[in-house]
Amino acid sequence: MERILILGGGVGGTLTANLLVKKLRARIDRGEVGLSVVDTTGQHVYQPGFMYIAMGGERAANLQRPERSLLDKRVTLVIGEVERIDAEHQVVTLTDGRPLGYEQLVLATGSRIVPEAIEHFDTEAQHFYTAEAAARLRVALDQFNGGRIVLGIAGMPYKCPPAPLEVAFLIEAEMRQRGLRDRTTIDYCSPIGRAFTIESVSEMVTPILAEKAIELHTFFNVEAIDPERKMVQSLEGEELPYDLLVLVPPHQGQQFLMDSGLAPAPGGWLPTDRATLKVGDWPNIYALGDATDLPLSKAGSTAHFEAPIVTERIVAAIEGRKVDHKHGDYLGKVMCFFEIGDGKGTLLQFDYTHPPRPPKPNQLWHLGKIVFNKTYWHTVPKGRV
Amino acid sequence: MATMTDTTIAITRTVDARGSFCPGPLMELIRAIRESQVGAVIAVYSSDKGSKTDIPKWVEKAGHRLLSLEARDGYDEIVVEKRR
Repeated sequence: MERILILGGGVGGTLTANLLVKKLRARIDRGEVGLSVVDTTGQHVYQPGFMYIAMGGERAANLQRPERSLLDKRVTLVIGEVERIDAEHQVVTLTDGRPLGYEQLVLATGSRIVPEAIEHFDTEAQHFYTAEAAARLRVALDQFNGGRIVLGIAGMPYKCPPAPLEVAFLIEAEMRQRGLRDRTTIDYCSPIGRAFTIESVSEMVTPILAEKAIELHTFFNVEAIDPERKMVQSLEGEELPYDLLVLVPPHQGQQFLMDSGLAPAPGGWLPTDRATLKVGDWPNIYALGDATDLPLSKAGSTAHFEAPIVTERIVAAIEGRKVDHKHGDYLGKVMCFFEIGDGKGTLLQFDYTHPPRPPKPNQLWHLGKIVFNKTYWHTVPKGRV
Repeated sequence: MATMTDTTIAITRTVDARGSFCPGPLMELIRAIRESQVGAVIAVYSSDKGSKTDIPKWVEKAGHRLLSLEARDGYDEIVVEKRR
C-alpha cells in the first residue's frame, strides 16, 4: 500500500487530503493507497476570524469545527502530536510513541506564535492571533477612553501580513465612532522602510494612513517593552509611549521540524522549492502554507492555492506518470481581502511575477470578505472553490 | 574566524541571503546584528535589487556604519559594522 501522510489539519492539510481523495478514490477504495491526516487537537480553526472577535462581534465558537466533519470519510484522522520525522527511514513518530510510516509526506504544519520571545509581551501587549487574545483585546478596547495607541509588528515573517494594518484602520474607525478620536493618537510601526512589504500595496495604504492621521514609523523593529515607563523600544533606537499596545507576536515554524533537521533554527521554516513545493532534496516530502520559507504571505489563501499543486505531484508519483506542469507547478498565486475600515475593503491578488494592483477600496470587497468568512466551511476545505 | 575581502575589511560574519526577496535580506541582517557584538562586521549577499537601497537606509537609521556596497557576479555584497 502507498501511504500518504499529511501533518496538519489546517487549510492546507485538509484541502490536500480532500483533493487527493477526489483523484485517488478508486485506489483508496481498493486498498492500494492509504491517506491519513495527523492533527494535534482534531479541531479545525478558522484563524482569519480571530481579528473579528476583537473588531467585529465574532464569537470563538463560530470559528471552530471538528476536523473529522471536514475530511472525506476515506481519510484517517490521527489525533496526536508529532515528536520527530525520520526522513531517511520515512517514519513520523508521535509524542505517545506511535510510529507512522509513509511513502509520501505533506508538511502542512503551519506557524506558531512565540510572544515569550519578547520580555513583558504577555503582560503589556495585546494581540489577535488566538481567539483568547482577540477577546482580551476587545475588553481592552472597551475600557479605552482615549490616549496613545501603538500598533506594531514584533517579528517577521508573521501570519496574514495585512492584518495589523487592517486592525489599525478598524481601531481608528471605532475611535471616531465612539467620539474618542480627538483624544487618541495612533502610531503604526513597520519593521521595514515602508508601510507594507509589497511596494504597490504600500503605495495604496500610505496615503490612507495619512488621511486617517495614523502616524507611520518605518524601520521600527520591536526590541523591548518597558512596562514601568509604558514605552515600546525599537532596535533602531526609537521609543514610543503607549496606553494601549497592540503587537503582532513573533512567529516560528514547528520545533519538531528543527529537531528533525528539516528546517533551520531559529525560524524553523522549511526550505521549499518555489515551483514544486518539495522540501530540500527529498523527492517525497512536500510543504505548503505557513510552514514554508517561500517569500509569500503566510495565509490560508497561499495554502489554498498550493494544495492542488501538491495533489498533482503526489497523484503523478502514485500513478507512475510525469507531472502535468500546468497543474503541478506553483506560480506563487495568493489572493486576500483587505479591510480599510468604515465598511470598505479591497482585494490583493498576486503571484511571483505579478504584484497586486488593489482596486479602489469600496463596500463590495468588505462584503466579499464577510461572505467568504461565513461560507468558508462549505467551500475551501472541501475543494469547492 | 574573521576573513578578509579584497578591500581588506575583516568580516566577522557573512549572511548569504541570495535568492531571498525583500524584506528577507534586511531581516537576515537584523537578526545577525542582534546576535553580534558591537564592532562586528557583517557582510550580506543579496540578489534582491531593493536591498542596495533598503539596507543602507536601515543602517543609517539604526546608527550602524555602511562600510561597502559592491556589485558582485549576480548579487550585491553589503558590508555593515555594528556600532551600538
